[in-house]
Amino acid sequence: MMSDSTFLPQSGLAQLLTELAAGHRIIGPQVEQGAVQYRSLQGAAELPWGVRVAQQPGSYRLQRQGSERAFAWANGPQALKPLLFAPRESLWQVVKTAAGLSFSETLPPPERLAVIGVRSCDLAALALQDRHFLQGASPDAHYARRREQLFIVAVNCSHPAATCFCAASGDGPNAVSGFDLLLDELDEGFLLTPGSEAGQQLLAALSVSGVTPAQRQQVEAQRRAAAVQQRTLPSSSLAGRLLELASSPRWQQIAERCLACGNCTAVCPTCFCHSEQEVPQLDGEGSEHLRQWDSCFSAGHSLLHGTPLRADTAQRYRQWLTHKFDSWHQQFGRSGCVGCGRCIAWCPVGIDVTEELHALCGDEA
Amino acid sequence: MSQFNLPHEAEVVERIEESPTIFTLRLRLADPAVHAAYRFAPGQFNMLYLYGVGEVAISIVSDPEDEQMIAHTIRQVGRVTNGLARLQAGDRLGLRGPFGRGWPLAQAEGGDVVIATGGLGCAPVVAAINYVLRRRERYGNLIIMQGVKHGDDLIWCDQYAQWAQMPDTQVLLAASEGGACWPYHVGHLPVLFEHARLKPESSTVMMCGPEGMMIAVCRELLGRGFSGESLYLSMERNMHCGRGKCGHCQLGGKFVCQDGPIFSYPEIAPLLGVKGL
Repeated sequence: MMSDSTFLPQSGLAQLLTELAAGHRIIGPQVEQGAVQYRSLQGAAELPWGVRVAQQPGSYRLQRQGSERAFAWANGPQALKPLLFAPRESLWQVVKTAAGLSFSETLPPPERLAVIGVRSCDLAALALQDRHFLQGASPDAHYARRREQLFIVAVNCSHPAATCFCAASGDGPNAVSGFDLLLDELDEGFLLTPGSEAGQQLLAALSVSGVTPAQRQQVEAQRRAAAVQQRTLPSSSLAGRLLELASSPRWQQIAERCLACGNCTAVCPTCFCHSEQEVPQLDGEGSEHLRQWDSCFSAGHSLLHGTPLRADTAQRYRQWLTHKFDSWHQQFGRSGCVGCGRCIAWCPVGIDVTEELHALCGDEA
Repeated sequence: MSQFNLPHEAEVVERIEESPTIFTLRLRLADPAVHAAYRFAPGQFNMLYLYGVGEVAISIVSDPEDEQMIAHTIRQVGRVTNGLARLQAGDRLGLRGPFGRGWPLAQAEGGDVVIATGGLGCAPVVAAINYVLRRRERYGNLIIMQGVKHGDDLIWCDQYAQWAQMPDTQVLLAASEGGACWPYHVGHLPVLFEHARLKPESSTVMMCGPEGMMIAVCRELLGRGFSGESLYLSMERNMHCGRGKCGHCQLGGKFVCQDGPIFSYPEIAPLLGVKGL
């Protein structure tokens, strides 16, 4: 795939952003509140230059190393999910008149977004969210409206965190598809590889040069090195296996540590559960129907006739892990985990899914 | 905009009080063209929307060929159903649907239909019973078995008595506690199997009620030579969207709102009886 790559010096990044800004609002990684987060990007200077991220179970720390790179970190708390599947949004509204009830859909305004810095694991998660929200008998209009306009500049991950296991899940660290333009970052600049017609057009507008053999070698070495990761998954597929372990004592052992806070589901790039709720206007003349991210760790998630079906944390953790790694196969033909490791780093008590899966399956980690 | 994403306005044409906590709303969609185009199968459900309060998933009890009305029998169990209970003829509400997969009524033609339900007025099977009774010539015997906790819980007593008078129809009722004037059987639902004229090789069984009761019925019927493929269960889970998107109704890998709510026994046998699944 490197055969159609070109080289953009670091100084050319500003030009790339200017070209993108002509047709898009650019979203890019920035340091905010002690983490790398996707926010509206005004220029290359706002990128997290020289920032590294150290991640461990229950720990996420920024380190400033003064390196020349803008993308030398694995990830922040959120992937692309909140950009497409909004944490809270209106689905429809209703107006009450003397004649009756009048319903109308409340679609988000069309906006062309370009996101720069997207990782391979997040592209895999995006593909799963696309499948969930766009396929089937009733595609989601809100998600579709945002997705249609999205331009993606991916970056191959050169500095995976200790919590990363995308190599084990098969979703990284190097992006293969699902982007418009792909970057490999080197100290002196970027290797650019187009992934779509639109990406090709953007590339044509930039002052790029040929890739030198030394640069090519450096990128190849970087790609190989990033794939060396510590955490692993059980060696054989978990499809149909976790459900059979429904009565394992391990669930209760996890529940003794788990706070059921739902952080793992909030940072997971594939979790799609949401609740619908009603917000009536105070004047009584109208009402809005919203959806908001929900978590299978909440009591309300499994509510039936006023009582939660999954009464305790052990059952809720089991639901999360079993859905993600087992029943997801039945629903979407693959695991629901893309190996980003966010649920490990952002778990306040440092529960490690890879460790729990090995323990449940009786493997050595 | 599809009928699945956005509610249509509906009008309450009639409200029927079935018991102090159970009522039936007979609805007509406000737009005549939308009403005329509306199609459903018995066992499917709608999301009913109460203005300013929210939505709730309710099974459809009317006949699919009744062009006049879409009927829902509702038990007051929560915020939305308590509010729906106060609606009167002429009031407006919202309706999205229909959702899910209904009973295998076409496949059941030519054989016996066995209905097994537990609990209070099980609306999903009432739709199936009425469907069969209105098309009596297409089916063999109709055997209706209902179990309730206490004799006083049984609603639609007159309806059961009326069904019992229909040709080739057997109605069997059991109460765990009969009470003073309970004229039927006493015990859990499986006590009725001794009295049912069952033909395991040519029947379709449709059941609805608490999961434990359905598991007991499946076990009993499999023991009596029924095939797993002839048993169908109506499952219940929390539902918000009806479209397989919100994730609340998951049962293992199934989205009950779209893969169900009616499942054949082999489809969900490994998921039955697992606490907190």
